[in-house]
Amino acid sequence: MPKRSIQTYLNKKLIYLLAVAFLTSSFLAGVSIGAVSVPIMDLLNILAKEILHLPIEQTNEMYTNIVMNIRLPRVILAGLVGASLAISGAAFQGLLRNPLADPYTLGVSSGASLGAVIVLFFSFSMPIIGSFTLPVFSVSFSFATIFAVLFFARKIDRSMKVESIILTGIIFSSFLGAFISLMIALTGNELRQIIGWLLGSVSMRGWSYITIILPFFFVGVLVLMLNAKELNALSFGEDRAQHLGVNVKRRKLTILTAGALLTGAAVAVSGTIGFVGLVVPHFIRQLCGPDHKHLLPLSLLSGGGFLIFADLVSRTIIAPTELPIGVITALIGAPVFAAILMKNRTGRRR
Amino acid sequence: MLKVKELTGGYAAEPVIHSLSFDVQKGELFGILGPNGSGKTTLLHMISGIMRSDTGSIYIKDLPIQNYSAKQLARTVAVLPQHSSQTFSYTVKETVSLGRYAHQSGWLNTWTQEDERIVQEVMEQTGVLAFQDKSMNELSGGEIQRVMLSQALAQQPEILLLDEPTNHLDLSYQKDLLDMMKKWSVEKGLTVISIFHDLNLAALYCDNLLLLEKGKIQIIDTPNNVLQQERIQHVYKTEIEKHPHPVLPKPQMFIVPDKQAGDDQEIKIDQQYITQAEEYISLHSPIPLRTMSSGVTGAGTGWYDTFVNRHVNHDYNCEDHLEEMKLFLQERGFDSAETVGMMTAVDLQYAVYQFYQERDFSIFIIVTAGVGNAVDASRASEHTEDSSPGTINTWIFINAKLAEEAFIHSIVTATEAKVKALMQLNVMDFITDSSATGTSTDSVLVAATQRGTLLQYGGTATPLGKLIGKGVYECTMKALQKNQYKREAE
Repeated sequence: MPKRSIQTYLNKKLIYLLAVAFLTSSFLAGVSIGAVSVPIMDLLNILAKEILHLPIEQTNEMYTNIVMNIRLPRVILAGLVGASLAISGAAFQGLLRNPLADPYTLGVSSGASLGAVIVLFFSFSMPIIGSFTLPVFSVSFSFATIFAVLFFARKIDRSMKVESIILTGIIFSSFLGAFISLMIALTGNELRQIIGWLLGSVSMRGWSYITIILPFFFVGVLVLMLNAKELNALSFGEDRAQHLGVNVKRRKLTILTAGALLTGAAVAVSGTIGFVGLVVPHFIRQLCGPDHKHLLPLSLLSGGGFLIFADLVSRTIIAPTELPIGVITALIGAPVFAAILMKNRTGRRR
Repeated sequence: MLKVKELTGGYAAEPVIHSLSFDVQKGELFGILGPNGSGKTTLLHMISGIMRSDTGSIYIKDLPIQNYSAKQLARTVAVLPQHSSQTFSYTVKETVSLGRYAHQSGWLNTWTQEDERIVQEVMEQTGVLAFQDKSMNELSGGEIQRVMLSQALAQQPEILLLDEPTNHLDLSYQKDLLDMMKKWSVEKGLTVISIFHDLNLAALYCDNLLLLEKGKIQIIDTPNNVLQQERIQHVYKTEIEKHPHPVLPKPQMFIVPDKQAGDDQEIKIDQQYITQAEEYISLHSPIPLRTMSSGVTGAGTGWYDTFVNRHVNHDYNCEDHLEEMKLFLQERGFDSAETVGMMTAVDLQYAVYQFYQERDFSIFIIVTAGVGNAVDASRASEHTEDSSPGTINTWIFINAKLAEEAFIHSIVTATEAKVKALMQLNVMDFITDSSATGTSTDSVLVAATQRGTLLQYGGTATPLGKLIGKGVYECTMKALQKNQYKREAE
């Protein structure tokens, strides 16, 4: 029997406190550190003046510029993307009863990428939605992908074992990846844009990207939070949830839609960033248990903090060169993925 | 409480169940039986609202099941699943609390004091309260089952559906669970509908049984009527023997394994299997024999391969003669669980045995007889105290297959023949001064190989009865005469 690493879960309030502290310190560090470091006092002054409009007189012009136009949008975007990926990962895992499910392993990210690449490749924009063409395409594609993956996984193995879903997700990832590669091969001048975007990055996006992700973020998070109880029931299996009184068909669709919304929007603004949705919920579950009432908000906070931190590392570790942020998350995420898989297998053998 | 009408449906185009109709009353413990693939689980899925039927209808409390929302249905019907998967390690209390989902309302699903009270109560009732903060994956199979039951009960259902609830459970958990179900159905009017794999458990606990065969109702009736030997053999396509429960008026079914090569080889019990020692005479059969006897150990009916008639002194007196006898047998290398043991004060060198052959069966009789304690059975009440011991032990080994009633016939016939022998020798009951019919401690044993010819009866009109009558009479006469002779010689 696998012994839980922390036998009695930590006090819930303490965990919330830790998560908020982590997010705040990542945030401050993320805004402060860079090619030009902004001292914390200046930073606080700038934030107080520019955002809270407090009557603070002396702020450094250059610092204000760096913070308001470069660092702050970048850090906020990283936070939103990380939060979106982490909370949708937690939701996918609960719904599919599968600790290895996350937007990346399920192929949803690839679906969203394909949608985005199509928009970039043909560089068109739909009437009415305008600048939202890219995220809408990403979301639609991620939505279609998750349903296709689940449909095929069910075809392969009616009991929808963990491995079957992951395998199907990987097959879809490769398949969709082929289309993306095809389009890259056919692209001439836009190549750099697509590649840079594919590797995942939150740099040089500006405030406009935040306005793109924000509506999807709010709707997705709200919907998932309202389904925390249902996710608890669903993590005992769909039949069991039905027995407990959950309207499984409707709730499942709602949760998948919200998950796809969050993933699609995150991919649309930052490209494919893997493993955030896997690593963060896993750690939170180790700390506070699998109850989604706490798992979802805590994943949200820590996911945001984690990606801000990863972004900070990616742009400072071999400065002035910037690493793609996906490299950092994969370096941390892949070993965790392997560890969970191994624990799962030994757990089942007992 | 539950009414099923003309229910038809299944997974794909091919319906698994065909126009089932039945009613279940409030407070009933209703069992669903049937071989694998007969549609039990499909039926349960439909009643629990997981599967839709193609045609027909299910009424729960007089309302069609489609009229219930998922939450409404969960407040009336709860399910104890056969397996529950534990992907994430929720605590016991978190798991049980999920049972309150259907009773919570509003977007925020607030947890009320009422919810807390009920969760505490059901955890108490199912005995999981003590480990409510443990994680589910630290529990044993039986404990998990109890937590899941607790979760189902937290729904405060009026109908509880169980899918093979005793699967994977230890004997004691099986009993605990079903005792609890029975108690609740009686005391709280909980209606329990359960699939059973184990016909015997179903027979013990259910008020009514539904037997499914290929998706159709074979019969719905009380356990005793449903569990008829021929019916079960036909539906389950297997060899089954029905037998009453030893202490309850409930039927039990026994599987009869296929015969292996050599199992049918006839065996003749005769004097070659006898061992005569100073203090006992024993017969060791190469196969266990179906036995009905009134010995000291191994009395009643059973299967035994060793038979011991032990000599004890006239003044043998032991408070716990059963224990003493077991000890005696063990000391001499007999397995007391496989042995029928008897006692006699008669000198064993005067035992008489004789082999009798009929056309298609044979019997072997061993008699030890002493009449120091002769009694007229019709006036036995006039005997007030034990007088000097003396016993007639009659053993009849039958090399044939006997029906149950033939054993009883054989005992009756043997007794009649024994009485005749006593009459013939004019043995008297000295207390009543009338003809004796036996002694106060006589024992009889009938053991059959259960191979070869089937003998349905053993009365005196049948070949078996005739042979036993003749044999027992002759052997008893001889034994008594030998004993008489010995005494006179003394």
